[in-house]
Amino acid sequence: MTANVTKSDSATAMVKSEGVHKSFGPVEVLKGIDLEVKSGEVFCLIGPSGSGKSTFLRCINHLEKVTSGRLYVDGELVGYRQKGDKLYELKDSEVALKRRDIGMVFQRFNLFPHMTAVENIMEAPIQVKGAKKSDSRDRALELLERVGLSDKAKNYPSQLSGGQQQRVAIARALAMDPKLMLFDEPTSALDPELVGDVLDVMRDLAESGMTMVVVTHEMGFAREVGDSLVFMDGGVVVESGNPRDVLTDPQHERTKSFLSKVL
Amino acid sequence: MTVDNDKTAGPEDTPPAGPEAIKAIPVRHYGRYVSAVIAIALLVSVIYAFSQGKINWGAIPDYFFDQRVIDGVLKTLLLTALSMVIGIGGGILLAVMRLSKNPVTSSIAWFYIWFFRGTPVLVQLVVWFNLGLVFTYINLGPIYKDYWSSFMTPLLTALLGLGLNEAAYMAEICRAGLLSVDEGQTEASQALGMSHSRTLRRIVIPQAMRVIVPPTGNEVINMLKTTSLVAVIQYSELFRVTQDIGQTSGAPVEMLFLAAAWYLLLTSVFSVGQYYLERYYARGSSRSLPPTPFQKIKANVLSLGSPRGGNA
Repeated sequence: MTANVTKSDSATAMVKSEGVHKSFGPVEVLKGIDLEVKSGEVFCLIGPSGSGKSTFLRCINHLEKVTSGRLYVDGELVGYRQKGDKLYELKDSEVALKRRDIGMVFQRFNLFPHMTAVENIMEAPIQVKGAKKSDSRDRALELLERVGLSDKAKNYPSQLSGGQQQRVAIARALAMDPKLMLFDEPTSALDPELVGDVLDVMRDLAESGMTMVVVTHEMGFAREVGDSLVFMDGGVVVESGNPRDVLTDPQHERTKSFLSKVL
Repeated sequence: MTVDNDKTAGPEDTPPAGPEAIKAIPVRHYGRYVSAVIAIALLVSVIYAFSQGKINWGAIPDYFFDQRVIDGVLKTLLLTALSMVIGIGGGILLAVMRLSKNPVTSSIAWFYIWFFRGTPVLVQLVVWFNLGLVFTYINLGPIYKDYWSSFMTPLLTALLGLGLNEAAYMAEICRAGLLSVDEGQTEASQALGMSHSRTLRRIVIPQAMRVIVPPTGNEVINMLKTTSLVAVIQYSELFRVTQDIGQTSGAPVEMLFLAAAWYLLLTSVFSVGQYYLERYYARGSSRSLPPTPFQKIKANVLSLGSPRGGNA
């Protein structure tokens, strides 16, 4: 608990969202999201499916375009450049440059199936940062050891279990040395038995001070590791606060009924 | 092998007392015997009919490696290779054009595919050959200027006719391949900060190849056979050469058989090459690669040697 206090005291906003709206055609998925993720904190997003939490996460690294409102990462506007009172859309290359600093872990892993585990991790540093092959191999092996898979370096994703694939995916994201990690329901596609291994890696990462935004259904993880928690429903933030407070003593009816079903 | 024998000798002394195997009288499939007899009878009668015909079978080996035939084979291979290069290059370009967000390029690609897939390749070949009737000169400004008839050699006509037609088919194959790759792959590589072109080259195309290679192998084999159409525009590839020999040597039918044998031989060789190419692009998609034919033979031979099979 004391660690949390010191974190939030010295912290600045890593992600700042001001009235973010997102529509897919006539369907409005996000209806004005205001929130702030502080540097170094673990920020959990929970809510029923279709509540817009994954969409919001994908807006943060501009995989989805925000329809209105402003979204900032590390003080910089996402996807646009402001000059005077005009907004200019960023070029693809500029968007790619910003995405380097934001790691993302997907629900369905999305490892590259034609590359081995170690090649998956080496790919982006070599292709994007122009790292040397030998350096990035060393770093990749180091990361694999960190996620407990040093013996699986030469395995293809199809030869790994779901939990192992997801841990390789986390290592792949870490290889770019991101300042922010986004997790999109990282354990939802896993066998219950394998969830623990992935959560352990994430807990480890949180302890190392990484800023993390986690969309999850793992309430235990949110309570233990989370510094802030937001409950979303129908495209709006219903309730937010310290995870331990929100999960044990929810204030809103909607939060209460959701939690009574999942806990 | 001696080590193997020692190993197998051990369990034979004390056979494991497993459950007793079922001994039952199998179902008799009388229909299978009948259909096999009928099929063999038909095959024999066809062979007999051909053996009774006035075919000088000896002429085929006589001309099989005739210099003119070999030249024809080489020209057929050259035509196949160059047409496929034009076809694959054009096909990738057209596929990317069709998938692009620019409505002008995608419509042009659509129109190209519509036109070249919708007209017979034989008609296209003859049209290219006869374009000299409407264009007297070819004039590329300062670069090149000549009479159409001397510019449009039979080889160039054949390449344009076959290659441009093939591009339309390859475009659809490539498009299907690119679309078959899961969108999550593109998202993952973009989330890592990779550009569009790098994503396409490093992530999407290698995976699309698994879908693209088998039908492309088919197209190569098809192209090899389609080159025989070029005989109508005076290009002396395999079919044309064998027809010419047939007329002068007085063995026209025999020479057709010879051509057929050569086509069969070449397509068989290509099929083997295709197998290995597919095996290469299957890496990562299945847990273990399928064995090569050589490995299969080796495994079979070794398993014949030891009575228990599985040890090898």
